[in-house]
Amino acid sequence: MYFLVSRLASAAVVIFGVLVLVFMLIHLVPGDPVEVMLGESARPADREALRASLGLDRPLWSQFGQYLGNVLRFDLGISLHSQRPIADILLERIPATVELALAALLVAVLIAFPLGVMAAVRKDSGWDHGAMAVSLLGVSLPNFLMGPLLILLFAVWLGWFPVSGREGLGSLVLPAITLGSAMAAILSRMLRATLLEVLGEDYIRTARAKGLGPRVVIWRHALRNALLPVITLLGLQLGALLAGAVITEAVFSWPGIGLLIIEAIQGRDYPVVQACVLLISLSYVLVNTLTDLAYGWFDPRVRTGQAS
Amino acid sequence: MSGVAGIDAGIRRNGLGRVFGLWLPLAVVAGWALVALIGPLLPIAPDHIELSRILAPPGPGGLLGADDLGRSLAERVLAGAQTSFVVALWVVLVSALLGTAVGTFSAYLGGRWDLVVVRIIDVFLAFPGILLAIALAGILGPGIENVVIALSVVGWVGYARLARAQVLSLKHREHVQAAVALGAGTGRIVFRHLLPLLMAPLIVEASFGIAGIVIAEAGLSFLGLGVQPPEASWGSMIRDGARYLLVAPHMVLVPGVALMLVVLSVNLLGDRLRDRLDVRNRK
Repeated sequence: MYFLVSRLASAAVVIFGVLVLVFMLIHLVPGDPVEVMLGESARPADREALRASLGLDRPLWSQFGQYLGNVLRFDLGISLHSQRPIADILLERIPATVELALAALLVAVLIAFPLGVMAAVRKDSGWDHGAMAVSLLGVSLPNFLMGPLLILLFAVWLGWFPVSGREGLGSLVLPAITLGSAMAAILSRMLRATLLEVLGEDYIRTARAKGLGPRVVIWRHALRNALLPVITLLGLQLGALLAGAVITEAVFSWPGIGLLIIEAIQGRDYPVVQACVLLISLSYVLVNTLTDLAYGWFDPRVRTGQAS
Repeated sequence: MSGVAGIDAGIRRNGLGRVFGLWLPLAVVAGWALVALIGPLLPIAPDHIELSRILAPPGPGGLLGADDLGRSLAERVLAGAQTSFVVALWVVLVSALLGTAVGTFSAYLGGRWDLVVVRIIDVFLAFPGILLAIALAGILGPGIENVVIALSVVGWVGYARLARAQVLSLKHREHVQAAVALGAGTGRIVFRHLLPLLMAPLIVEASFGIAGIVIAEAGLSFLGLGVQPPEASWGSMIRDGARYLLVAPHMVLVPGVALMLVVLSVNLLGDRLRDRLDVRNRK
């Protein structure tokens, strides 16, 4: 119970801090944000209207109070570009990003598990070195390079998948591989390290001593215990996944939250930028808090603070 | 920024491993730094447009080919090396100094100050990866200074966390207690008795950090949030090239290979450094 409350309390503090930072973003616009957003040719009346609707004519603390109140009522303001409520725009864009993130997660797990387990089981063999070299390559290949390379190979030369857009399942393949491969690289290293640690435990020696086959030892005894830290990592990596989605969506014109941020930055639609950053960070905090709580649920040592 | 776990020592023991694990990466990084440092003196014209060479493929005489405006890709890659090196150097310097200072004093002084710092660190960590940098660079506007600012704002947190964790475990060591007992001031203890012991893990963190910053700078430039055209960055070169994939894939491949070589080399050297300085992987 104490664990639950303390985790939720610290999550609340973090969320408050995130709100402050996101709120401050619009005040970092060089010069007058209203002038930057509307351009120099805007009519004075329009400027004053925008200034008033953003609350920029009032003291900072009162602006923040209003911002906080609005966010709590899911009122994220109006997009300058489309003149529609930002919350509606976000709702339209969320499914595409969730779809991409889940597909990327699947790709990452499908690549990382065989690679990591193989590397750990055949430690120091050619397989191990090969798997780790592949993963080092994956870490060093950023997704804005991986994306165009995949497009070149599978869309331009082979013509198997569309170059960009979101139409049908085929268009999901290349973005999911782009986004998932970076995560797979990190995940397979983590899995290898954890599995090697677990394989040195006494209960593995016991399992082997009582004559269990290597397959049973690995899959039933070792992997199950190695899974918990890996799940935590998955939660943490989801953040990297969401941030990577911004670039991946830009590469493939995938119409999700990430592409929305880029479009909003280019259109100087700063309230939309704020809303997207807020949405992504809050989902990250939420997932991390849930992972923490789940971890405490599965492993009582975490709850009571014995494992530090 | 998380480090990359070591490629196994097994590869390294033989001569070939030393070539690929040490000398080749060292040469790449040295070349990168050299190009960046003497760049302004090089006889290159990365912005020079030659209409007859538009999208010219690589080949003998043509070197690495030309881009959609007929500019030499070889010369632009060299100019891009300068951009990424300058950004990496500044960001590492600023964020390492700031982060180490905040983390060290926070842990050493403890109490309420430490509690506040931990909360601030948590808030910055709530923005995943490059997201905050994208938003900051987007709002501050393009330009190399704003890239440095955006990446430093994100980068200091890692050093602060590392320095804080280290100092928390170091400050109860005998030699620190002895210094306190002898009446040494806070400054003297921090600079003479704590910082020297912090150096090894911080250097390792910074070396992996460089790889992350090179990728981040290229990423921001890829999104059009980095350096202003016509200035060259590997990221903006890849972005320009992506539009001509069908007819001129070398526009993506040339800067892409340069970027990968540098990032891979920095990561490999970071691995080496970690083993040499005997810093255990702390993630």
